[in-house]
Amino acid sequence: MGLLKGTIGTLMSMFVSSAVFAQSAESARSDLNLRQGVTEISSQVYDLHMLMFYICIGIGVLVFGIMFISMFLHRKSRGVKPANFHESVKVEIAWTVAPFVILVLMAIPAANTLIAMEDTSEADLTVLVTGSQWKWHYKYMDSDIEYFSNLATQREQINNKFSKGENYLLEVDRPLVIPTGQKVRFLITSDDVIHSWWVPDFAVKKDANPGFINEAWTNVVEPGVYRGQCAELCGKDHGFMPIVVIAKDPADYNAWKSEKIAAIEEAKAEEERLLAMNMSMDDLMANGKKQYLAKCAACHQPNGEGLPGVFPSIKGSSLVLNDKVGHIDIILNGRAGTAMQSFSKQLTLSEIAAVVTYTRNAWGNDTGDIIQAKDVFMQANGK
Amino acid sequence: MSSATETLKHDAHDDHHHGPAKGIKRWLLTTNHKDIGTLYLWFSFIMFLTGGAMAMVIRAELFQPGLQIVDPQFFNQMTTVHGLIMVFGAVMPAFTGLANWLIPMMIGAPDMALPRMNNWSFWILPFAFLILLSSLFVEGGGPAFGWTFYAPLSTTYSGDSTALFVFSVHIMGISSIMGAINVIVTIWNMRAPGMTWMKMPMFVWTWLITAFLLIAVMPVLAGVVTMVLTDKYFGTSFFNAAGGGDPVMFQHIFWFFGHPEVYIMILPAFGIISHIIPTFARKPLFGYASMVYATASIALLSFIVWAHHMFTTGMPVAAEMFFMFATMLISVPTGVKVFNWVATMWRGAMTFEIPMLFAIAFVILFTIGGLSGLMLAITPVDFQYHDTYFVVAHFHYVLVTGAVFSIMAAAYYWLPKWTGVMFDITLAKWHFWASLISVNVLFFPMHFVGLAGMPRRIPDYALQFADFNKWISIGGFAFGLSQLIFLALLIKACRKQGEPVSDQVWDGAEGLEWEIPSPAPYHTFDTPPVVK
Amino acid sequence: MQPKQSQNPNSRLVVKLVGVVFGMFAFGFALVPLYDVFCDITGINGKTNETAVTYSAPEVDTSRMITVQFITKTTAGMPWKFEARTETVKVHPGELNTVEFYVRNPAIRDIVGQAIPSVSPGTAALYLNKTECFCFNNQPLPSGQEAVMPMQFYVDPQLPEDINFFTVQYTLYDITGTSADVTTESAE
Repeated sequence: MGLLKGTIGTLMSMFVSSAVFAQSAESARSDLNLRQGVTEISSQVYDLHMLMFYICIGIGVLVFGIMFISMFLHRKSRGVKPANFHESVKVEIAWTVAPFVILVLMAIPAANTLIAMEDTSEADLTVLVTGSQWKWHYKYMDSDIEYFSNLATQREQINNKFSKGENYLLEVDRPLVIPTGQKVRFLITSDDVIHSWWVPDFAVKKDANPGFINEAWTNVVEPGVYRGQCAELCGKDHGFMPIVVIAKDPADYNAWKSEKIAAIEEAKAEEERLLAMNMSMDDLMANGKKQYLAKCAACHQPNGEGLPGVFPSIKGSSLVLNDKVGHIDIILNGRAGTAMQSFSKQLTLSEIAAVVTYTRNAWGNDTGDIIQAKDVFMQANGK
Repeated sequence: MSSATETLKHDAHDDHHHGPAKGIKRWLLTTNHKDIGTLYLWFSFIMFLTGGAMAMVIRAELFQPGLQIVDPQFFNQMTTVHGLIMVFGAVMPAFTGLANWLIPMMIGAPDMALPRMNNWSFWILPFAFLILLSSLFVEGGGPAFGWTFYAPLSTTYSGDSTALFVFSVHIMGISSIMGAINVIVTIWNMRAPGMTWMKMPMFVWTWLITAFLLIAVMPVLAGVVTMVLTDKYFGTSFFNAAGGGDPVMFQHIFWFFGHPEVYIMILPAFGIISHIIPTFARKPLFGYASMVYATASIALLSFIVWAHHMFTTGMPVAAEMFFMFATMLISVPTGVKVFNWVATMWRGAMTFEIPMLFAIAFVILFTIGGLSGLMLAITPVDFQYHDTYFVVAHFHYVLVTGAVFSIMAAAYYWLPKWTGVMFDITLAKWHFWASLISVNVLFFPMHFVGLAGMPRRIPDYALQFADFNKWISIGGFAFGLSQLIFLALLIKACRKQGEPVSDQVWDGAEGLEWEIPSPAPYHTFDTPPVVK
Repeated sequence: MQPKQSQNPNSRLVVKLVGVVFGMFAFGFALVPLYDVFCDITGINGKTNETAVTYSAPEVDTSRMITVQFITKTTAGMPWKFEARTETVKVHPGELNTVEFYVRNPAIRDIVGQAIPSVSPGTAALYLNKTECFCFNNQPLPSGQEAVMPMQFYVDPQLPEDINFFTVQYTLYDITGTSADVTTESAE
């Protein structure tokens, strides 16, 4: 057992020196190992991982070493006679107690890191993160900023029609932006099934449970772009809901924030303007097709036929063909107990009008109806 | 203790000495433990190939980035059904088959205690898997929520085939429970005179403990699938927050079953290895008593570690600490077992026949799986490992190079006793080396992609994982093909092509099963042997 | 089950084991209430009290100031507009407070809603005492109508020292026509 402790001692010193060495290096994405990440917690986690790794290597070398020595020395072909011992209380107590001691030594740093990770108090900024099939939604609790963050990789790249970009499947249309050097608290929840919000560089992974909130936090040291993915199986497109977080230094962050708030004001004004105006059938169809492919086609399929037994067909649907009010309602408000969600927050009024017009006129659904933004507005506000 | 002698007189009436019936009726109506063992083993091998074929679909899709062969919905069905088939169709029935063949022979009993129930517990199994497989062909496809079927993905958001899934799991559960009851009653009441508890072979001990785990947790699985069924079809709200339920509670109940289930799949493997290593080291098992106690403590601890599967669900720190420490504790008795095997080899006179090769591969590769399990127990780091390929690597090391390798070791070890002929050693060597190399090409790089950040259960991945995934897929195809060698070998052996073997078969083999003729006669121990 | 006449010890053992099996099946269901008890004790998942507590007028601890943050959510398929009139409130432990929530049903159908609370950090849930809450009942709201729903609470002065900030989230579900919808019986 002295040998075991000796080995671990050597490994520990190796580990300490390697940790010092690693700290001077840039935090890079490794293809082989856990990344060190960009927060204090993530580098503690990395150190803990390496410590565990070296201890496991030590145990492995010891056990397998003895085994291989035995397999070499104690072969019948070498003419050895088998011994007949089959128990030794001393040895058995030793190899029950020694691992126990090692475990206690492992448990102490692990417990310390864990307590630090779970301390979400006194945050500078809180962001509400909501998962839904299959995108993330971010809401800043200190302002009106909120938006959906969708996969930005083109369908054609996924289907091998275009060549794949550098950040294939790890790119989104609107990343989460957070300031560096501040404690950012994430409140995590879900709209439908369980998702899991994971950014490896922050060592943050927390399940998004429908109806419940979870908390996590980070304090990023270095500005940069950090990428992660949903980690809990959440249905068909589980592999296609990445997370991108941009950490900006506080000045840049504040600039981004003011710009974002101004853009929200502008969008409101634009919406007002569109309400007053009538779009042509061609414009509505073109915009509708674009929105449909982006938001609806994952379930209802580009040809409008859905997936039998899972997602209903829009082509030839009686709701679409016969019930204009119901059609607008289902897109605005969703349908309880199904995967059909409310799109009132994800699409603007004019976009909803375009999608309704498109689905009422595409694939042989030739109703000839034109729906304008103001029709949607009237219905949304109960007029 | 007195039950063994008591049983003796009850079995004395069993004096019919006919051989097996002819034709299909032999297999449909059989109550003979050896026939039922054979049925179980062939069934599990067919399921192993079926589940393996699904793994090939998964690996073919993941061979390169992009979607090329299957769509994501079908991919999810493949991962789900692959998991269910391998757990409930391949590993568990294989162990039940071995129990049927071996336990009566090892304890000197003429048959299992409840032979008719034995017949039923096997014959409902093919129907369970027919239902499960047929669900792949219903509209909307089969179950696509992972073998762990987390709510609400398996309730509100699942397809119409969920009812079929639930019924098939119910039938599998009933089958395992009946098998477990049979094992317990057999071991409890039918041991030969002189076969005291602490003289029982390790395989019998580990199976007894496994059987108790089975009757303790399979009903909980039945309960949780029933809740899924009523939540989905009958408006209950066990797991639906809107009705006052909690989706996280599903995970607590599921893993209360699920973690002991892991040990159900590995304890009999420990028993098998504890037979093979002493035989080929020609030295008795080191620390028999501590092996028994270690097995029992693993079984008991397995009930208080379940939440280490759910560290990321958001538990209070105190609960996370408790489950971290309890999980780390389980590595102590597991370590004792590994140390005992190494000590058994130490100063033996070893030869390396095929069963021994598989047993040594088991000890090394299972230990690697155990060590990555220890790493996973550390909660703060588990946040990084959880639901990545690191976990996939971990449990495939434990279940494939652990459980499956032990089953293969067992098959090679006892096959000559069952058939009376030595299997084709050349084919067996090909099978071993091809499996050993390919299984590591298959599962070892998964550690790396997992640490680098590849989540599990995804049909497509970022470009940085492409190189490793190619190798993983190549390893997967090679491992799959290697099993066809095993199939050829088994067919040859069952047709009795090979050299006849002696009663003892292996030089250092000890135990009642090696004292009866090879091949083992249709009825053994009609008069109980006396164990000294 | 046993055709043979003389297998009494076997049948006795089988009966016991079958008893264990049924016992464990029942235990699986017993885990449901046990889990709730466990949550009540440990605050797992931040479940709060589901029925009103009476205000026991404990001594107000003016030395501490607790910030309570309110978050509202509607789930997929729930069209209501749902807002907290007060997003954060600073309270002394022991003090009785009222906050209001606003809802409007913009859909073309009448809807019954149910709000589900969740508190983070979970331990704080044990110290959040609600004397009145819209989440205790179903909330029916006809098409196009709006309503203001009150929630009255106090924070237990026993709240651990290290917690001075916690978040209460209400998730609003559409439960129209489901078994959880009891509005037909208890007309409000």
